[in-house]
Amino acid sequence: MHSDYLPKKPKKVLILGSGALQIGQAGEFDYSGSQAAKALSEEGIETVLVNPNIATIQTSREMADRIYLQAVTPELVENILGKESVDSLLLSFGGQTALNCGLELHRQGVLEQNGILVLGPPIQTIEDTEDRQRFNDRLKEINVKVARSKACDTVEEARRAALELGLPVMLRGAFTLGGKGSGIVESKEELEDGLRRAFAGNTIQVLVEECLKGWKEIEYEVVRDFHDNCITVCNMENLDPMGIHTGESIVVAPSQTLNDEEYQLLRSIAIKTVRHLGIIGECNIQYALDPNSSDYRVIEVNARLSRSSALASKATGYPLAYVAAKLAIGYTLPEITNGITQRTTAFFEPSLDYIVCKMPRWDLGKFRGAAQRIGSEMKSVGEVMAIGRTFPEVIQKAIRMLDIGVKGLDPEAFKFQDLASELKNATPRRIFAVARALANGMSPENIHELTNIDLWFIHAIEPIVKMYDELPLSKEALGNDVLLRAKQLGFSDQAIDDHRSEQPGSARKARCEYGVRPNIAQVDTMAAEFPADTNYLYSTYHASTSDVSPSKRKKIMVLGSGVYRIGSSVEFDWCCVNAVKEAASLGYETIMLNYNPETVSTDYDVCDKLIFDEISLESVLDICETEQPDGIVVSMGGQIPNNLAIRLHEAGAPIIGTSPENIDRAEDRRKFSVLLDDLGLDQPQWAHVTAAAEVNHIVEQLGGFPVLVRPSYVLSGAAMSVAHEPNELQRILNRAKRVSQDHPVVVSKFETHAREVELDGVADHGKLALWAISEHIEDAGVHSGDATLVLPPQTLYIATIRRIKKIGAQIAKALDITGPFNIQFLAKHNAVKVIECNLRASRSFPFVSKVTGQNFATEAMRRMLGVRGKVINNSLDLDYVGVKVPQFSFSRLVGADPMLGVEMASTGEVGCLGNDLHEALLHGLLATGFRFPKTGVLLSLGPKADKYWFADEAKIISDELGLPIYATKGTAKMLKDLNIDCVEVKKTDEGENSARALINSQQVDLVINIPREFDEQGRPDGYRIRRHAVDNGVPLITDLQLARAVVEALRCKKPEDLEVTSWNDFLSLHPGKTTPP
Amino acid sequence: MTEINSDKERTVQPSNKASSTEVRLTLEDGTEMKGQSFGAVAPIAGEVVFNTGMTGYVETLTDPSYRGQILVCTYPLIGNYGVPAPRPAGSIDGPYESSVVQVQGLVIQHYINKFSHHNAARSLSQWLRQENTPGVTGIDTRTLTRRLREHGTMAGWLYPATMEFSKARQMAVKVDMKKEVFGLVAPTDVINYPGGNLRILLIDVGAKDNMVRSLLKRGTSVRRIPWHAKLAKHAEDADGIIIGNGPGDPTDLEPLVLQIRALLDTYRKPIFGICLGNQILALAAGGETYKLPYGHRGVNQPVQDLLSRKCFITSQNHGYAVRDEALPKDWEPWFVNINDGTNEGIRASHHPYFSVQFHPEANPGPKDTEFLFDDFLRLVASMKIS
Repeated sequence: MHSDYLPKKPKKVLILGSGALQIGQAGEFDYSGSQAAKALSEEGIETVLVNPNIATIQTSREMADRIYLQAVTPELVENILGKESVDSLLLSFGGQTALNCGLELHRQGVLEQNGILVLGPPIQTIEDTEDRQRFNDRLKEINVKVARSKACDTVEEARRAALELGLPVMLRGAFTLGGKGSGIVESKEELEDGLRRAFAGNTIQVLVEECLKGWKEIEYEVVRDFHDNCITVCNMENLDPMGIHTGESIVVAPSQTLNDEEYQLLRSIAIKTVRHLGIIGECNIQYALDPNSSDYRVIEVNARLSRSSALASKATGYPLAYVAAKLAIGYTLPEITNGITQRTTAFFEPSLDYIVCKMPRWDLGKFRGAAQRIGSEMKSVGEVMAIGRTFPEVIQKAIRMLDIGVKGLDPEAFKFQDLASELKNATPRRIFAVARALANGMSPENIHELTNIDLWFIHAIEPIVKMYDELPLSKEALGNDVLLRAKQLGFSDQAIDDHRSEQPGSARKARCEYGVRPNIAQVDTMAAEFPADTNYLYSTYHASTSDVSPSKRKKIMVLGSGVYRIGSSVEFDWCCVNAVKEAASLGYETIMLNYNPETVSTDYDVCDKLIFDEISLESVLDICETEQPDGIVVSMGGQIPNNLAIRLHEAGAPIIGTSPENIDRAEDRRKFSVLLDDLGLDQPQWAHVTAAAEVNHIVEQLGGFPVLVRPSYVLSGAAMSVAHEPNELQRILNRAKRVSQDHPVVVSKFETHAREVELDGVADHGKLALWAISEHIEDAGVHSGDATLVLPPQTLYIATIRRIKKIGAQIAKALDITGPFNIQFLAKHNAVKVIECNLRASRSFPFVSKVTGQNFATEAMRRMLGVRGKVINNSLDLDYVGVKVPQFSFSRLVGADPMLGVEMASTGEVGCLGNDLHEALLHGLLATGFRFPKTGVLLSLGPKADKYWFADEAKIISDELGLPIYATKGTAKMLKDLNIDCVEVKKTDEGENSARALINSQQVDLVINIPREFDEQGRPDGYRIRRHAVDNGVPLITDLQLARAVVEALRCKKPEDLEVTSWNDFLSLHPGKTTPP
Repeated sequence: MTEINSDKERTVQPSNKASSTEVRLTLEDGTEMKGQSFGAVAPIAGEVVFNTGMTGYVETLTDPSYRGQILVCTYPLIGNYGVPAPRPAGSIDGPYESSVVQVQGLVIQHYINKFSHHNAARSLSQWLRQENTPGVTGIDTRTLTRRLREHGTMAGWLYPATMEFSKARQMAVKVDMKKEVFGLVAPTDVINYPGGNLRILLIDVGAKDNMVRSLLKRGTSVRRIPWHAKLAKHAEDADGIIIGNGPGDPTDLEPLVLQIRALLDTYRKPIFGICLGNQILALAAGGETYKLPYGHRGVNQPVQDLLSRKCFITSQNHGYAVRDEALPKDWEPWFVNINDGTNEGIRASHHPYFSVQFHPEANPGPKDTEFLFDDFLRLVASMKIS
């Protein structure tokens, strides 16, 4: 197996991870990195993993031998190389972050100095694919067509190139992820703005390209070994043609509108290109294909695992990352077994006998000011994949999977003011606009003209729209024929009931009567040509039999976390995977139900049966009927399964853990409030507002402003906000649209300058078994998902900690909790108030598990299955500190105001360890893109009290860090009063001394802006400064307490003093440790 | 861990509400499945075979190797990109591989009537009706394929659901695969395609047109002769011979086998067999062929070159294979199927005779082994000079 490519087998390999989840780089890299680690471990190769994303499955003991929870930056990785005697490096499994870091280490000569071999695609090849000009030149050598383009290093050069090529042109940054900063420039007026955005954030090269808007967008996943064996595993077609980023597109696999000639043409070019570039492992090639002539352009090649490769793996059952890792260590394709059939090899091209549909999930509504348009830049935060036999079946499934409160491709789902404009200018709702247009009678050709969506897809949607019309008409009892047709078109029981104005459950009843049930089919990679024992399954109404039958074993079904969105992502996948593994190790057969292609839980290796399908009352009950599981776990996958608990229970499904009635007592605000009162526990005062007129009176009763406002009727988007004064409150109530008896608004007292504390725990029959207490650095009011968490707490009084633990035990007892739970508290002085309680695993479960070395998810699963063992509660007695830091993706959301509030805005997180808070915090910040300030700090502090709170820190910046301070008017005045040197700057955009100019000229490389007041559009003061900082990649801090902690940390630790220590070494510091999670 | 569950079964009706005729498919083992017609309506019979390609229905339906068979597509959506305009008489333009639809009948899961493609002029349904070929949609082709895989290829009958099976069986149009089929697919006369200096003789037992196109594209002249023509004279005129693909059992083609065998003793120019040509060459050399349980039909079949150890994805369509162990002395296996270890090509040790079981000309399918034409022609050219 060894040759020129790899003279000898590697002994110890460093794997670079992708860091925090962010827009453009999400859970898919947990999947690929985990597969790589597994593939290497099987060979007896030692693995060292660098990834600060503590919520991932790859950063678990059983995945990698040594783990560094640290930023994937050249400086830190170089330090790690110095400590670990690795001989090889894998840089193609951690997205663009890992690739860029690896390239930089190469350029600095670090790899050569340390004698490190790069496995997989050679550096030369990666550079050929990343540098646009080199890429174009390389493809021209083999007469492969690329879009006419010019790589430009300066704005001036790019401007000239754009005019030479002729507008419209496409601008794209090289070495960026998710098409950041890219866009189509149609007119001269738009050019300057486009150029500025493209070059923002230290982008060193921008590609000015021929605009191929409206062409079909097609991708192939290609695999090649060092022996030059080369295959394409999958092709995919975007429903949204060129002009919409592939991460923003609805995608189907395999392609639907290509004939064999086109399919093979693009396939042949893919193989020719990959051979020419010399890629070893896996890569992705993207094409634009002219819908009118079969002319094509190669858009790009990603010489690494990607979001598309994760999708292709799930779409075909071909484990791309696993195979790529094996190829990287010198295997050839025919030497690797096809894991699905176990009797064929990895050298084959999967044949699909089903269609998959991927849909992105956006959360644009959560961001104040964010533009709703979608285009060449990625903005989506998650994706779903549906498997079925027809396009209607999969698109309707996929839409429900998005969990946006819509039950299918309902033409009435959204109201459109200007349908033509909605079709022309894509937003996340465009597919609904297409359905609406069809329902209105617009011709498919007309829709095609406005959207450029291929007629095939528009025609495929027609029968769905017709069925929406037909359902309410059939007034008599639901017939077998209509029912079967509706189910085959992907309608849910609920959608059928709703549209027929029937009681919930009617369609299900009719289905039972007629025997209309979904069958289970296998994803077997070979279209049934070879027998396969595969456990990878989906349901469809187009199959006449099921491929598999239930076993007689005792079994546990775990409901997954579904689509990643803001507030729920990889952390719940970690919980699910741990739950499944624990159940398996206790001897149960395990069934995993999930539909998110960017997860490890949907790896068919993880469980005994993987059902890749919806997580809904209907689908779970359907599975229950055939599989008869002995227990269903709803508490590991976050809110989606948790919300099903009570309905599943009522339908007779065997939920294990805390009883669904008690889950409801914790979820229902009124019931929970009564419970707290009964227990004599304090809570922030709250009240229901049912009429807008009474609100001021209620606020008075609560003790005045500020108040937290939470409308109960919210379809999607911003839910909670804080009102500081009456006008703001009115604005929020207006936004909530309805305030009535049926749709009350909850108003509660908003505590200022209070600490927020979290208790994560596992209980067993009401007794606390395992617990950990973390505190937020930020004051209460910042959403717990956006807060910086510290474990063990560094500033809480012992009395407060005792009190919190005691309350936790009381609540656990009152709700008779068995399994995971999380309680949030407010602590001010010595008083402790309970904010809320969730009887499920929380976002911070992986964090507390990995910091303490006690696996909370595993323990919770054991308790739910009735297994008890001795547990060590050590969370207060650690010799190190863990800090969880949120990752924001504001730079990708044009217009969004980058500030923190009661609504969660972060897309991911990291968790880092340090010998003290300062070290851990700085590591965490570095891992989320923070850079140590070197030139100057811009201060713009809020109200007077805030300004004085920060006085000591300002002095530190000026005297000890030796950095010039720039300050906005009020802040400057305060600083001068305190004899702290500063330069006053203008908030407006004009002039040399404007904040904008200082950021542009890089005189300011840290912005501390504490917004408290609001401008006339309701936007908090200082929006422009914050936005400009984000657009230019300058670190921004918007919370006073965090700012103080950061300045203090910077005072205590110099960048060069930051130590790198592996997670393994931190944990062994602690005495009572057995096996870490 | 998973078991096949075959006792429960129910009819699946297509979700595109069809006003069309109900059609029944009955297999030799008694299996019955019902669907809707989207082609001609007439009782037909044939061997039921499945193909796992996801594109290429126009190429596949016109491939003469499918003559007499009922084709099942495992990919559920068929008709997506329509069908191009008919080609003029005498033309050998693609994507058509012959001038007519060759299959006896077509069985699919879900027919797409509203096609979308710049090159399409008619729907698949229109074409099938024009060609008088029955087509049925609404059949769970995965379940059907599993059955064919487990029981082996079976005879099947496709007929209007209102008709009694016994009557359908009597009336069904079918092709006698032993006697009739080779006559149906071969040209009646010699056809000459002028081109360059190299003259290639194509022995046609139902050869796909793309074999001719692949040769013409490389600048040769091609003479296409029916398999029953007198070979010796044509062989003498040619610089090299290709034995093409075709339907059926190679042992039913004894006259051709004998003619080739006669040639092998004396002929010193290259002979290249493709698909059925591989089997004919093996038989002529004194080898054996046998029937595979359910054949190889698809565009994702992996093969390995036993000399270079290189692997290729190939397009295949055959129900019979050459037996490796029975190869005569001086012949050796050349390619092997990585999935099931069956023979995918042979070569003579001392003569320029070689053949492959797969289709280097593709259409449909990957063109990864197209280089075999280049290799063959290079050899032909070099031997012509010497």
